Amino acid sequence: MTLHPDLAITFSPLHRLQWEEAQQKYIILYPEGMVELNQSSAEILKCCNGERNVQHIIDELETKFATSGLAKDITAFLNVALENSWIQQKVD
Amino acid sequence: MTTLITPPRWLLAELTYACPLQCPYCSNPLDYANYKNELATDDWLRVLTQARQMGAVQLGFSGGEPLLRNDLTELVAHAKVLGYYSNLITSGYGLTEEKITQLKNAGLDHIQVSMQASSQELNDYLAGTSSFEDKKQVARWVKKQGYPMVLCVVLHRENIHQMADILAMAEELGADYLELANTQYYGWAHLNRDLLLPTKAQFIQAEALAQAFKEKVAGKMKVYYVVPDFYEDRPKACMNGWGTTFLTIAPDGVALPCHSARQLPGLECPNVKDFSIEAIWKESKAFNFFRGDEWMQEPCRSCDEKGKDFGGCHCQAYLLTGDMHQADPVCSKSPHHGVIQQAIDAAHNASRTEQPLVFRNSKNARLLSN
Repeated sequence: MTLHPDLAITFSPLHRLQWEEAQQKYIILYPEGMVELNQSSAEILKCCNGERNVQHIIDELETKFATSGLAKDITAFLNVALENSWIQQKVD
Repeated sequence: MTTLITPPRWLLAELTYACPLQCPYCSNPLDYANYKNELATDDWLRVLTQARQMGAVQLGFSGGEPLLRNDLTELVAHAKVLGYYSNLITSGYGLTEEKITQLKNAGLDHIQVSMQASSQELNDYLAGTSSFEDKKQVARWVKKQGYPMVLCVVLHRENIHQMADILAMAEELGADYLELANTQYYGWAHLNRDLLLPTKAQFIQAEALAQAFKEKVAGKMKVYYVVPDFYEDRPKACMNGWGTTFLTIAPDGVALPCHSARQLPGLECPNVKDFSIEAIWKESKAFNFFRGDEWMQEPCRSCDEKGKDFGGCHCQAYLLTGDMHQADPVCSKSPHHGVIQQAIDAAHNASRTEQPLVFRNSKNARLLSN
């Protein structure tokens, strides 16, 4: 499974992304498990709303944090997220 | 040195010991029939609130059969408001499509349905109840209603030869998660171990099929494979560390650091009717008993893996050596490691005709606890 550059990315409906007050962290919840996220991973996943593709997400975050050169890190994390089924891409 | 106390992350709410099934590998205590006073709804609501405030987020409604509690939907709704990720761990027996919808509307996140085998005859024999087709129908409804569908099959000598068919059944039912759990030998499984422990050859063959399947369905189905630790030489990590992550509340309100810990002597496990979850987690003797490594004897004390396995399973050490402070005998460094081979040999020589399986039911529970 590889990330398609043009397709929009959706956070998986079979997972839940949630802010945890006790840990001051975002976590992903799924049957029998959970993953704690660092801030940048959480920011990327929050962008996966079913409307943005990879480039849109890069643009969004570079604008939000007034920086550049995030493409490599964001793409690498999205690949990890796809492998773990945290996100999905659907051909309409 | 004081050990840093981390907040609980997982809460296992064992709502009742009652169950319509009679699986001979049940992890409930042999004397479950002695604990009749189940917590009231208000007690459970308070437990959920207090544990969530401390940081628990994964919640399992278990039992026995949690569907037998008529306040289940109310508890699910409360868990939803609190922000838990809630899981119903059920046999599926008696679950209707209407109830599945009601639980979904109340905010239940997923349902784990257990199957005893891939054939009706064996499933119904092991469950002690005619339930095979009902459970398959429940699995389809769960899937249809958009829950992640988790199929759980407990593996042992009676069904491990069905591995290929079990995998095919999981695919046919469209499981999102498949839990292949080799029996862990506590409770009724410990009692029936000679008849349940597979041979190493059976285990290796089944594991090869499961691993190949895991690769085949990667991206579509997630396969959790729980290894049979009797064929390992490194022990399993005790509950991710005793009193670090897991909190179990038994049907009568007794708080346990692990769902098997009820059998351990001298822990004085506290009851949620008497103490808050915070007091139980932080201050009780039971939850502090095996925290950190001060309690360790050799070979654990000087072992470079003690931070990884925490000495292995204390419940297993107690069942197999009579001393819960010993290293888990599964560990090849344990002076008692020989008991594992003895158990394997005893299982190899056991026959069902001389020594039948003891099914988990109230009659047998009463006989065993007298």
